[in-house]
Amino acid sequence: MRGHVLRMTHAAQSGHPGGSLSCTDLIASLYFHELRVDPARPDWPDRDRFVLSKGHACPAQYAALAERGYFPREELLTFRKLGSRLQGHPELGLTPGVEACAGAEGQGLSVGIGMALAARLLGKAWRTFVIVGDGENDVGETWEAAMAGPNLKLDSLVAIIDRNGIQQEGRTEDIMPLEPLADKWRAFGWHVLEIDGHSVRAILEALSVARSVRGRPTCIVAKTVKGKGVSFMENVIKYHGAATTDDELRLGLSELGEGAP
Amino acid sequence: MTLPWKLEGQRTYFSKALIEAGRKDPRVVVLGADTTESLKSMPFGKEFPGRLINLGIAEQNMMAVAAGMAVSGLVPFSCTYSVFATAHVYNVIRQAIAYPKANVKIFSSHAGLTTGPDGATHQMNEDLALMRGLPNMTVLVPVDGPQTARCVEAAVEWEGPVYCRFSRSNFPTLTQPTDPFEIGRATVMRDGSDVTLIGCGIMVSRCLLAADELANAGVSARVINMSTIKPIDAAVVVKAARETGAIVTAEEHSIVHGLGSAVAGVTAEHYPVPVKTVGVQDVFGESGESEELLEKYGLTSANVAKAAHLALKLK
Repeated sequence: MRGHVLRMTHAAQSGHPGGSLSCTDLIASLYFHELRVDPARPDWPDRDRFVLSKGHACPAQYAALAERGYFPREELLTFRKLGSRLQGHPELGLTPGVEACAGAEGQGLSVGIGMALAARLLGKAWRTFVIVGDGENDVGETWEAAMAGPNLKLDSLVAIIDRNGIQQEGRTEDIMPLEPLADKWRAFGWHVLEIDGHSVRAILEALSVARSVRGRPTCIVAKTVKGKGVSFMENVIKYHGAATTDDELRLGLSELGEGAP
Repeated sequence: MTLPWKLEGQRTYFSKALIEAGRKDPRVVVLGADTTESLKSMPFGKEFPGRLINLGIAEQNMMAVAAGMAVSGLVPFSCTYSVFATAHVYNVIRQAIAYPKANVKIFSSHAGLTTGPDGATHQMNEDLALMRGLPNMTVLVPVDGPQTARCVEAAVEWEGPVYCRFSRSNFPTLTQPTDPFEIGRATVMRDGSDVTLIGCGIMVSRCLLAADELANAGVSARVINMSTIKPIDAAVVVKAARETGAIVTAEEHSIVHGLGSAVAGVTAEHYPVPVKTVGVQDVFGESGESEELLEKYGLTSANVAKAAHLALKLK
């Protein structure tokens, strides 16, 4: 999946590789272990819902969707191109498997609350998962949703914060400090778990705990590294929104054990 | 001013229509933002426990929650005051509702100057401009109480996002509950041949009064209730342009990008004739009683009649 992210953003010569690589393990764990979905029936009414609130990380989601069989892998290289089903930010209704439009930050958790409420009102068993960027904790609406989730006792809802510590223009703690972030979510009434967001074992354990929490939603604060897996991208602010050169692509792919582009 | 019509609250009709819709269609749910008493959606919650959700003073969250519910198969009515239902949350509506065509019904009260003493912060005169600018959005302005109820019914049947605005104040009741109503279809309230007065909301009553004044001056005015601002009933506008040769629009809204702009857009494109626009002149309102404000900001039958005379001179 990381190789796909590099190739897609390189082919488009735009996009957001850093924040895609930080949540790749989270997204992979969801699509390959947790979500009850059927790629052959993206509209299956009882499917689990997944919202990528940090829509700029969609290369990672598209990679997962392709690997899961929602659409051919070859389509990945149409990312951000005219006429493509793989828009620069996710578009509901266009890309099979995408559940919400996202791009303007801070809306996805609210959408997830709507989905979880709908499950309750319709008597359905689907669960709802939302990946929230740590930068989205700057957005007021995120906190509106953070208040509403526990008040509505939405225990079928899981928010996962991709805590990579970097937003577009710098480190989150320099721009608008978020810490103590986990305590804030705890204070809002969430069942909070803090994990290593690159340990699949830790991610799956946390998701398993979330399944057993009753009466309130779960928030998993996943400590991650922006650009994870590609040495020259790791923790480098520039790769929030910069694609690789040809040489960087070759180097990155070789580091990932992916061979030639 | 003494009006020849009964004055009734649109919210009262809205309240009953919501319950009716909830009875007919189990998908209908209602969201509020600390405004369920004011919008009179509370009785819906009493009738259908669990299907009215008050999300507090958090309109951005409310709109996106509505989007999540809609894409999951429900028909949410997301309800608050017009200013908070549009300007305050515009980009949430744009991305979460309009872009994916989420089946959300945004119904707002306290539109326009007739919000009254609350003043300019609450008098939303720019909502139609904002909402008609959004792709995939349908924009409704019911003329009175009965038509507000019809908008609720029609919105449930309509597939896709709908914005509907009505007033805090009581409006003249001009229609019967059984009158035909269809989204995208204007109604001719009175026929005429010299000029056409196209109004929405409370200004339709002012257009009817203006038509009386014009008749006294020997001018035959057609009056149209344009209850759908988008998609605008272009056929009825073109027919009016062709048959009467001059148009006046009247709206309780800014003259920027509202009904007048929509009508002028149609005539400019298809059948150019003089168009005069009566509305709020690109300014903010102020505290006052509804009638006083309508008078001060020029939303009167006399002003509509005056605009008709000016349009006639340009013919």
